Amino acid sequence: MKDLSLHLMDLLQNSIVAGADLIEITIAASARQDLLVIRIVDNGCGMEPELAERVDNPFVTTRDTRKVGLGIPLFKASANLAGGDLKIDSKPGRGTTVEATFRISHIDRLPLGDIAETITSMIAAHPEADMLIKLDNEKESFVLDTAGIKATLGEVPVTEYEVLCWLKDYLNEGVKKIFGGVLNEIAG
Amino acid sequence: MKSLAELEEIRKRALEQISLRDDKEKIRVVVGMATCGIAAGARPVMNAFVEEINKRKLTNVSVTMTGCIGVCRLEPIVEVISPDGSKVTYVKMTPEKAVRVVTEHLVNGRVCADLTIGAYGQEG
Repeated sequence: MKDLSLHLMDLLQNSIVAGADLIEITIAASARQDLLVIRIVDNGCGMEPELAERVDNPFVTTRDTRKVGLGIPLFKASANLAGGDLKIDSKPGRGTTVEATFRISHIDRLPLGDIAETITSMIAAHPEADMLIKLDNEKESFVLDTAGIKATLGEVPVTEYEVLCWLKDYLNEGVKKIFGGVLNEIAG
Repeated sequence: MKSLAELEEIRKRALEQISLRDDKEKIRVVVGMATCGIAAGARPVMNAFVEEINKRKLTNVSVTMTGCIGVCRLEPIVEVISPDGSKVTYVKMTPEKAVRVVTEHLVNGRVCADLTIGAYGQEG
């Protein structure tokens, strides 16, 4: 994967396949600790502990088209390459939490990428699922709650093109405000 | 700054337009968005479909995602499914090819035969 937003997209797709209708996405950067955390918490079907322990193995997957599953192993590899790690906490019937950490200043840390496009693509394809997006830099935070947006829109679908464009711009402003100057690829 | 007041304006405008639309049966554009698709560039392809469909004001098309279609080496893969259930599978897609599929297939009803999985099999 070229950037972290593509990894995020992949993991969000996992949550959707797990039947989640509420996904909390937190991206938190701490310049003081030189630490970037990406956390995805879903209310999907969850995994038995035996499966949750083994999903970072590329030869473990639940899909039936082939015997390889690369989403989590690749995300973990990207975290490990940047001095971080990936942890999974899952309970059957409750949901799954995936948390990946990265050293912000590590030469091999992938850039954040286009978070706004990842989120709006997911909303466009899965309007029925709600997402709560939190961006944080220790001093300030930005929150987007799609349930609140849907309530404001009333009978207008969240998949309306103008709405998607607004969401993308709104998220881009949030990313710039929170991570500008904190992640060196995003101008302050 | 984007504000929630702006969203309220969008809502009002959209409501007027929605009432003018007819409920024709929908064509579905399905983009393969598993690890293989994403790594091969499926997200910009999906985005190109959404933008071009809006530009052409097509209200009878929905764009959605699916998991791995099963031929990872030909990703990004896009399936166009007509209301009658017939399906065309486009392979090795790019945003530019997506624009062509919207114009030729979705607007004019002519399948872009050279971009389909069938055409690819013959070449390779």
